[in-house]
Amino acid sequence: MLLIKTAFKNIIGSGKRTWLNVTVLSLTLVIMVAYAGTNDGFVEEARRETREWEIREGQLWHPEYDRFDIFTLQDAHGVIPDELAPCVQSGASVPILVLQGSMFPKGRLQNVLLKGIPVSQTALALPSWEIVPDGSGDIPAIIGKRMAKSADMTTGDRVMLRWRDHNGVFDARQIVIVHIFDSKVPAVDGGQIWFNLDDLYEMSGMAGQATYFVQTRDCLVMSDVAGWHFKDLKFLMKDIDIMEQTARMEGVIIFVILLSIALLAVYDTQVLSIFRRQKEIGTYVALGMTPRTVTWLFTLEGTTYSILAALVSFVWGAPLLALYASYGIPIPGSDDYGIAMGDVLVPVFKVSSILITFGVVALFSALVSYLPARKIARQNMVLALKGKIH
Amino acid sequence: MKTNHVISMKEVVKNFPIGGGFFTALNNVTIDFKEGEFTGLVGPSGSGKTTLLNIIGSLDTPSQGEAIVLGKAIQTLSAKQSAALRNVNIGFIFQSYNLLPVYTVYENVEFALLLQKKSATERRKMVMDALEWVGLTDKEKSRPSQLSGGESQRVAIARAMVKRPPIVLADEPSANLDAANSHHILKTMLKLNQELKTTFIFATHDEKVMHYLTRIVHLRDGQIDSITTKDN
Ligand SMILES: Nc1ncnc2c1ncn2[C@@H]1O[C@H](COP(=O)(O)OP(=O)(O)OP(=O)(O)O)[C@@H](O)[C@H]1O
Ligand SMILES: [Mg+2]
Repeated sequence: MLLIKTAFKNIIGSGKRTWLNVTVLSLTLVIMVAYAGTNDGFVEEARRETREWEIREGQLWHPEYDRFDIFTLQDAHGVIPDELAPCVQSGASVPILVLQGSMFPKGRLQNVLLKGIPVSQTALALPSWEIVPDGSGDIPAIIGKRMAKSADMTTGDRVMLRWRDHNGVFDARQIVIVHIFDSKVPAVDGGQIWFNLDDLYEMSGMAGQATYFVQTRDCLVMSDVAGWHFKDLKFLMKDIDIMEQTARMEGVIIFVILLSIALLAVYDTQVLSIFRRQKEIGTYVALGMTPRTVTWLFTLEGTTYSILAALVSFVWGAPLLALYASYGIPIPGSDDYGIAMGDVLVPVFKVSSILITFGVVALFSALVSYLPARKIARQNMVLALKGKIH
Repeated sequence: MKTNHVISMKEVVKNFPIGGGFFTALNNVTIDFKEGEFTGLVGPSGSGKTTLLNIIGSLDTPSQGEAIVLGKAIQTLSAKQSAALRNVNIGFIFQSYNLLPVYTVYENVEFALLLQKKSATERRKMVMDALEWVGLTDKEKSRPSQLSGGESQRVAIARAMVKRPPIVLADEPSANLDAANSHHILKTMLKLNQELKTTFIFATHDEKVMHYLTRIVHLRDGQIDSITTKDN
């Protein structure tokens, strides 16, 4: 307790240098917390949106289906297995049929995926309930805003669509865009057109079939069923995991750089103060401290910088980060990223990452304070009192 | 008669490694100090005064011989034991005061008591007593940088005396002070010596200091040249 008080007094008493150290440490702390919060916010939103719009608790894939290979689509569909029928009936499992096709907006050709979804489903945020006929006899369909942009289409537009039916024979009809939805998840948007599943059955002659199912918690089938493969969240959100890892690595690199600068300042102060405060060290020993205790005193002084930095960070960083958390920051051109992302990024500050950040900073400032202070214990106190150690 | 020897040096030798060999700063010093002595080590610069004081204060150890302080052999003490000896039994007064700069006068004087883990009320009383001895009760909240040299040295005396140690070691305490201040602090120390029976040992070549001493140990080239005793 005496040591803590003494350490605190000494560093407060040493003025400018203390505040320099505290400032760089505090900057490091706040920047790192902001950075981690940004990443976590980004990743959490990506995960949440992806689940809400695309995968919920997981997907059950037709054995031939591979979402990265459109050439598998020709065969990647099958009759809804009996085991799943109750889930599909209750809406706990959402069957989705995927076909390949092309459309001709304004005379150009564009390859598209045709996806059929039950209009009555509520498991996904995808607004299937908007797929209602407009009375013209054209097939109603909805698209996302990215698709609308790339194909230059708006609500009410009609376009010629060609696809292969179950016999592999081309068929063509005019469709009408009845709604454009706004999703943060590119995977349900770019290059795809959403239909009423029943319409798609009629168009393809594949009644009662699906390419994959989106499973909710209410459907307890969370494993392979009748040859269909269950894909869990980990598999389906691998992209986000990879992105999170990458961002975390970047964070660690930035952290190492910032922390090194801050620690260098602390280390420098320590070396200098152990050199300059020879007489003081000798005096502590003359007054009855052991050299080892003085070593701890100096170590504690260095560590106190990080504690002060935490307090200072709290004072200026907490309101700033709270503001950031409530308003977020706008992301220009967020449509261009391949991963679910909103127009505004709202950070998520986790107590655990704040504590880890602070812990690492405190640990390393203790370490760089201890290293130079170690030599106090080996010092000749007679020379120290004379201020004669070089 | 040996019962009241608080310090006993027997054939003490101190060698300092220098270059490839040794420099002998103390050469066979044998001397005892009695309780309540007001003694000075006097001699030219480099004669070994500080070296001898440092050994008595257990800041240093003899290379050979025996240094017994309050019944403890200095050369055998661990770092912890010698720290405890200094903390409780030995007060140091330095030429350049060595006050802790970030502390107030009060806190400087209090420091040794904090190490002794005395209670707050006990500390308060002891510190105020010590400040009263040196006439600085009105400066308790000042910082060392706000004090004159004479005041600083009086704080240092209060700091050395506050724990009422049996031994006070003062290395050139008057070297940075003018005549009036020198006399002032010496009178203060003499008064404490008489009231508390504290043993004072000075290292000095100041005539003003010698005037107050009851015994003068003359050192030359690390050896005791002669000892003169005065009755004041
Ligand atoms: N750590 C050391 N290493 C080498 N030589 C030392 C060391 N300490 C003291 N000496 C030498 O020992 C001799 C005695 O030193 P000491 O400090 O005891 O002298 P002093 O009598 O106190 O002198 P002064 O009046 O100048 O303070 C000196 O010649 C000094 O150079
Ligand atoms: Mg000397």
